[in-house]
Parts: sequence; C-alpha cells; structure tokens
Amino acid sequence: MTKEKKTVKENETIKKLEGIASDVYEMLVKTQIPFMSLPVRTKGNIVFSEKHGVWKYGDITGARTAKTLDGAYMLLRTMYTIDFIRNQINTAKSSTLREMYYISEGWDLAKFHAQQESDRLVEDMEIITKMMREDFKLRPEENGASIIGNITIEEVVRTGATRKINCRDDIGDAGYTIPYNVEKEKIIFKDWDADFIIAIETGGMFDRLVENRFDEKSRAVLVHLKGQPARCTRRLIKRINEECKLPVVVFTDGDPWSFRIFASVAYGAIKTAHISEYLATPSASFIGVLPSDIENYKLPTDKLTEQDINALKAELTDPRFKGTVYGNTSWEDEIKLQLELNKKSEQQALAKYGLDYVTDTYLPEKLSQMGVM
Amino acid sequence: MAAPIAEELAKKQKEISVAEFFERNKQILGFDSLTRAMLTSVKEGVDNSLDACEEANILPEILVSIQKAEKARDEYTIVIEDNGPGIVKDQIPPIFGKLLYGSRFHAIRQSRGQQGIGISAVVMYAQLTTGRPTRITSKIGEDRPAYQADLTMDTKKNKPEILREDTLHWDKKSGTKIELVIQGRYVKEKKQSVFEYLRSTAVVNPHAKITLIEPDNTKTVFERVTDRMPKTTIEIKPHPEGTELGTLLKMGKATESYKLLSFLVNEFSRVTAEKAREICARAVVDEDMRPQDMNREQASRLLNAFKLVKIMAPSTDCLSPIGETLVKKGLKKEMKAEFIATSTRPPSVYSGNPFQVEAGIVYGGELPKEENIQIMRFANRVPLLYQQGDCVITHAIENIDWRRYGLEQRGGTGIPVGPAIVSVHVASTKIPFTSESKEAIADMPEIQTEIQLAIRECARKMLSHVRKKQKLIKMKEKEEIIRKVLPLIAEKSASVLNKPVPPIEQVIAKIMNSIIIEDSIEYDEKNKIHKIKIEITNYTPHAKKFTFKAVVPSDAKVQNINPKPEGTDHVITWDMKKIPSTEKRTLEFGLLGLDKDDYDENEFYVDGIDPELVSGAEAWNQEAFEEKRRAMEESEQPKEDEKEDGEKEEENDQRKKNREGE
Repeated sequence: MTKEKKTVKENETIKKLEGIASDVYEMLVKTQIPFMSLPVRTKGNIVFSEKHGVWKYGDITGARTAKTLDGAYMLLRTMYTIDFIRNQINTAKSSTLREMYYISEGWDLAKFHAQQESDRLVEDMEIITKMMREDFKLRPEENGASIIGNITIEEVVRTGATRKINCRDDIGDAGYTIPYNVEKEKIIFKDWDADFIIAIETGGMFDRLVENRFDEKSRAVLVHLKGQPARCTRRLIKRINEECKLPVVVFTDGDPWSFRIFASVAYGAIKTAHISEYLATPSASFIGVLPSDIENYKLPTDKLTEQDINALKAELTDPRFKGTVYGNTSWEDEIKLQLELNKKSEQQALAKYGLDYVTDTYLPEKLSQMGVM
Repeated sequence: MAAPIAEELAKKQKEISVAEFFERNKQILGFDSLTRAMLTSVKEGVDNSLDACEEANILPEILVSIQKAEKARDEYTIVIEDNGPGIVKDQIPPIFGKLLYGSRFHAIRQSRGQQGIGISAVVMYAQLTTGRPTRITSKIGEDRPAYQADLTMDTKKNKPEILREDTLHWDKKSGTKIELVIQGRYVKEKKQSVFEYLRSTAVVNPHAKITLIEPDNTKTVFERVTDRMPKTTIEIKPHPEGTELGTLLKMGKATESYKLLSFLVNEFSRVTAEKAREICARAVVDEDMRPQDMNREQASRLLNAFKLVKIMAPSTDCLSPIGETLVKKGLKKEMKAEFIATSTRPPSVYSGNPFQVEAGIVYGGELPKEENIQIMRFANRVPLLYQQGDCVITHAIENIDWRRYGLEQRGGTGIPVGPAIVSVHVASTKIPFTSESKEAIADMPEIQTEIQLAIRECARKMLSHVRKKQKLIKMKEKEEIIRKVLPLIAEKSASVLNKPVPPIEQVIAKIMNSIIIEDSIEYDEKNKIHKIKIEITNYTPHAKKFTFKAVVPSDAKVQNINPKPEGTDHVITWDMKKIPSTEKRTLEFGLLGLDKDDYDENEFYVDGIDPELVSGAEAWNQEAFEEKRRAMEESEQPKEDEKEDGEKEEENDQRKKNREGE
C-alpha cells in the first residue's frame, strides 16, 4: 500500500537517502572504490558550537570504504537500510530500532549481528542526511521516564484527539510518562506554575522528592532521568526550558558516570553530538552530588573501582569538562578531588541525616547557592 | 698435655661407605625427592637402553611399566625392557652392582651415558629405600637362553652380590630387562613427570619406539617416525685445548708411549709431530723424556704451551645431530601445532670439545597465547627437566629480543610470552654441565652463541610464517569483499536507484591491488611424488610482468614442469610475461623421491616487481640464497654415508658378531 500523499519532509528524507545510494553507485560507475565519509564520533572530535552553546562533532572525518571488510559490509547494510526506510515512508509504517534489527535477519549477508550495529548505522544516517530518526519512521524501544509538576500539556493521542493533562493533578504518583515523540506536533505546553526543573538520576530519589511533595513545596517540576536519559527526556527538558523559561538543575549520584549524565543533558552527548542543538540544555546546572559534597556533608561512601578511576581520568581529557560546574568551582578540580579522595557517594546517601534532609536542607541550600531559589 | 688437633680430628674421621656418600649426595645424584627419584630411575634405565641399541645398530623398542608395589606406601615396581644387544653374563654384576663403573666414563664421544650417575645408583637407591634386590634378565643371542640374576650391592665395599641366578627361556631375539622396586611418587601432567620425560625423549629420538604403562594402566605408545638410525658416533682422542692438569698427568702415567713426543702425537687429537715438537720447545720440556716421569711442573708448562701453539680444532664428525628433518618430524608427532621451524648449526668447538646445536620452534595451534613460551632442553638426546633457570639454553633464549620476532617480551629480555615451544638440543663429546646432577648446561660463550644463531634462524622462519598468515587473513577478507560483498553493493545500490548494475572488475583490481599466488601440494604415496600447483592472479589495475621462482629441495628430482621454465638449478625460474589486469596464470611441477612430510610448504619468490604487491611469495635475494645453499651443502655432508646403508648394515652385523664372541 503506497501512501497517497507524502509530506514535504518525507519527500526530502527520501531524496536525501537516495542521494547516499547514488553516491555509492556513481563511484562504482567511475571505477572508484566506494566510500562514505563521516565525522569521527569520539571525544577527540567534539567542538563547542558558539551558535548553539552545545558540543557538536568537529571536522575530523573518517571514511567507511569498501577496501576493508567491515567498511564494505557497512556500505552494503546502508544500501539495505535505505531501501527499508524508503519503503516505510512510502507505506506509512514505522518500526522500533529493535524491529529493524530483526527485519535485517532477512537481508542475507547484509544482516546486522547486534542491535548496537543497526542503532549506530541509523545514527550515522542521521548525520549524513541531517535528518532525525523520527523522519526515518524509527523509534526507540523504550519510552522516556516520568515527569511530575504543575505544568499542563496538550498531547495528540493515538486516536488523533488532543488531550489536556496537568502533570501533577491529572496523574498518579508515578508521574506522566514521557512519550518517545515530544515534538510540537505531539505535545505542546499550555500552562505552568513552577520555578524550575529538577532532573533526577535515580528512581529512589525521584520517589523521595515526590513523597516529600518537593514539587509543591518548592514549586519544582521533577523529571526522572532513569540513568542515562533517553533522547525524548532530554528533548522535553530542553523544550520546557526554552518555551516555559524554567531553569534546569540536574541532581545525580557523585560518581564519574553521573557526571556524564549531566554532560549529556547540559553539553550534549558524544554519541548524539550531531543533534546536540535539539537535545542539550546549555543553561542546565549541576546541583550534586559533587565530590566536594562528600567532604562538606560527610556522606557515606564507597571506594572507587578501577573502572571509576579510568572513567574519571578519561573525563580529565574530555573537552566538555573543561569549564566550571558553577561559580568558580571547576570540573577539573572536582574530578581531581574525587581521584584524591578515592571515594564516591550516591544521592540517596543523604538519607544518613533523615528522609527529609534532602528536601529540607540539602537542595534548598544548594539551590540558593546557585541562585535558583 | 693435650693431643695435637690433627689427631683429634683424625679420630672423628672414618671411612665413608658408598651408601653414606649416596645418602649425603642424594640431590646431586637426582634422588632428593620421591618424584625425582622416580624420574631418575626411569631415566637411567631408558638412557642405557637407547645407548645400547644404538651401539648395536638396533632400532630401539623400549617398554617402561610402572606399577604400585605396596598399596599403603610410596613403593613402585619399575620395569624397563629393551630389544638391545643384551649384556654378557660377566658384565651384569659390575654394571648394575658397582657405582661409577663403565667404560663410557673414559671414552670421548657423544653418548647419553655421560648424563647420569649410572644405573647402579638406581639399584642402590632401590635397595636402600625398599630393601629389595634388582632383577636383571638379559639375552644376547637368538639361539641362547636368557640369563637372569637378582642382585644387591655391598654398600661398604661397593661390590655387587648375586643372590640368585638362573637361565630361562625368553621369547625375544635379544634384550635386557630390569625390574626394581623403589620408593617414589608417580605424578601425572607435570613438566617433570615420567610421561613428559618419555615424550621429550621421543622427540629427540625419532628412531625409537617407547611404550609407557602407567600405574593406572594407561598405555601410551610414542611411535617411531623414522627407520634411520642416528649416525654412529666415533670415539675421538682428547684435544689439547681443554685438557686439565690431573688428566694430563694421569694420561702420562697410563700411556704406552716411551717418549713425550710420541705420547703427545698418539694420545691427543690434532697433534702432529711438528706441533708436538713446538709444544715441547715452548714448554721447555725434553721431547725425549718418558711421559711416565712427567712431573706437575712440566705438565703445567705443557698445558700453557697447548694454548700458545696453534692446534687445529678437533674433528667434529664424532657428533651425531638428529638432523633438521627428523627434529621436525619428532616435534610434529608429539606437539599439535600449526607451524614448526627447525635448524641445525654446523659443528663448533668450545675448550677443545666439539659440539653442535640444533633448535626447533613449535608455533600456534593449541599452545597458550598468554603464557610464557615452553622451553625443551636436550643434551645428547636426553631431556633436561630440572634447573631450567641455570641453563645456557634458557639464558640464550632470555637474551634474544623476541619482540622482533612477534612475541611479547617485557623490556626485550627474559622468557617471552606467546604460543610457542622452543626446543634446543646440544650434542657434544663433553657437555659442560653446571653440576653433577647434570640438569643444566653451563654458560660457555661459544655454546650460547651457537644456540642463539640456531634459535634466531627458527624465529625468523616463525616470523615469516606469522606474517604470511596475517597477509593471508587480509587476503581472505579482501576476497570476501570482492567475491561476495561488492557485487551485492553494486546490485543493491542499482536497485534502490532503479538503474542497471554497474560493472565492478576494475574496482576489484583496485581493492585487491596485488598479485595473488595460491598454491596446493598433493602427495602421490605410491610413486612418492609431490604435485605442486600454483595459480597466479593479477588483481592489480595494471598489467604486470616479473620473475617467479620456486625453491626445491636438492634431494628431490624435479619433473613435469609446466609451462617450460627458464631454469631449474635448485630453483625453478619462470618469466611471467605480462599478465593483464584481472587475468590468471597456472604453473605446475612435481617432486620425486621425498617422503610426504619432507615437503609440506612451498617456498616461492618473485623478482622484478615490488614484493609488497605480491601475496604468497617473498622478495628474491640472490646473495642470501647462495649463502644458504652453501651452508646447506656443508651440513649435508654427513648424509653421504647414509646413502650407503647396505654397507653399514654389514659392518654392524660384523660388530654384533664380535660382541657375541666376547
């Protein structure tokens, strides 16, 4: 079944995808070894974009050439993926990244051997076409996390009807679940009465803040990040920040992995640096737990593992961590302090001083230091 | 008045019996632990058997059986049986019942016997630990009955005692069987175990068949891989260089010569009358004096003169190396590996003693990649299992920078890490052991140099094999690209765009950008012909011309060369005239008269083309080849007399008769 009428964007997507196939085809016709060039996707090729205030891929490119076995296979898979996506657009279908991985089972030699491979190829194609995977009619397996706070949205639901939802009064204690598509055609913000957004790494701390009614008492919008946040979670935070003019603070554990979670919210993740301007909120600030908090608040700790230490050392050479956390506290000092302490603390370690300590003392203290409250 | 101290001391001194000496020196004799006692006992017996068989030119068939004797205690019955010439009745008591007996101690020739204290020590150990006598059964001729004796040793007098003797029927042409009960411990799967010792022995004695029956009744047969006996070793006289003072004095007393001059000429190797005169003159000793009257002072001056006078190096034909091919076969049989390189050095000399080094490297296969390489050490065809760290072989290995040969090695010294076994055999008329236990060879610079040269040659071959393999993997990948993936890319991109499929031949040539040489070797067992087929494909974007060479073994007859080559002298040379891009040429030839294992890897070279462009052949180097050929021809000399096997057979028959007549 072919879709009668395609949108402008759909037509543009198909044209760009066919452009990739055409490049390869033309190289073969000209007896050149076919290749695709792509920015190198490592921290060594991340540069700060003054225009967007986020970190994006730099100018270093690598070639995916048919000269190597891996390169040849990726080119072949790219051809099959192009055909597959074009077909999806033409037939008005969509699929999850995981479904696409399984569909590739039928692609004979071009099939993927792990979902990581297919996910990565889709990202590569986003980079080349400057389109988003939503344009390819591909969606992630999991939805985003939850949000609780006095903000009213209007969502276009699957029937096509629009529904108004207040993210505090119309939902249960688990919060409103962020759908994978949070673009304007799906969600718009109607009304809000809050002072800031607080993004929280762990479910335990999110629930603590919910139970302590931090959203009401402190006029906050609580967002659960669920570990490394999904694209839609980051996108939604960015939209609320820009459209509702609410400042964003990020509250995580005090370890190197949590610093990376913050970096992906505020600076842009390395893996998705090609769309950092859509996903990252440059004004977001880190509230804790900082290595200096471990000492200042005398928090219970664990020893750093070897992986922790390596991750911290990697962050010392990560350009995104060259700046300040806030005021004149630099990331470099904090990371070095943590290496020196050889300790890490979870955000829930604050329970040492009682269950209300985090909402009554720690966060208000920190927020006022940062000038948010 | 107190007695003089000397008298006091004399009171404490008493005659030490052999048994006490043994007890005190267990370690140097190789009986310091129950495990080692087991190993030493088997080793002495097997070494004797191998030596005896070789002297009689009999292909050895040895049975070693070890059974638990007493359930509760560490007592084992060891039986070692061979098909050797047997031992005449009168010789049995002294050989087995008297320490330090045996003609081998005086002969200067390459033999296993110089390795240990001797079988009599084992007899005594058995007696001391279990109180049991040793039973010897021996048969020296087909038409004779076997003789059997149970004997012990009078440890005070170092004399054998026969407890019982008998003659009996033994269904065997000839042979010797030793049965003894010792206190010991049997270990499995250890480097220093009877199993490993016999396996190693089989590697360096490819002409022997050894059967082992272990206490749990597991039977292992280490098969023979060649019917060729090792070259018979010849006894040589001592060389002046390396002679010690005591030895010189003793030789002077024992000689039948009347004059010093004739003594020097007759009793030493490489001393001519002219040289002897020069020695006497330099030493200021009368050449006409009776050697029996030589005093310490004169002997010492003579020794100095030995060093000053240029004397030819000793003859080296007294050595019997295993030979490159047989080392390879031996290793191949006992080790599962993907690649084996071997090398035999020409004989050399240290302190007047001839010696020769052979090395082999086993690489890959199931060998562990993350562990230190294994070292197999051999002296005169006997495995050395203890004191690895003290041995010149180990030191030689440690002082090679293995990183150059593709193995891991921290700092470029020490034992490297990688999937390899390095095996080194040192053959000599006198192995310079570090101590009486004879488990480690001393650091003689000449020996270390030779070992390193031998190992380096093997290592180079290993490296070239590894590189070849890596190149092959890369080629296989490229083949997958051009045969499978690229055609599909062309097809799919065309179908996405709804266009005709573009031709890809030129792209293929650009991706490969090499001349691919694929070869196969087929062996015709019946006619002893190796059939070699070579396919050369020009996967470069341009036409190519070059010279192609196949090096063939000199002992094979080359036949059916197709197409007609330019030359066939040791090397078959073809002129490859202009192969257009993406076209293929086929070459063939046959090798007549080799065993299957004698030729299992082709040696190809190219000339007149960038060797980087060629996969499956190396760059030709005329100089290196000629040098190698010269070296090969030199080391092949001993092979000459192997060809006259018939003659030798007769000679040996003669010798056997003599022995029986004794």
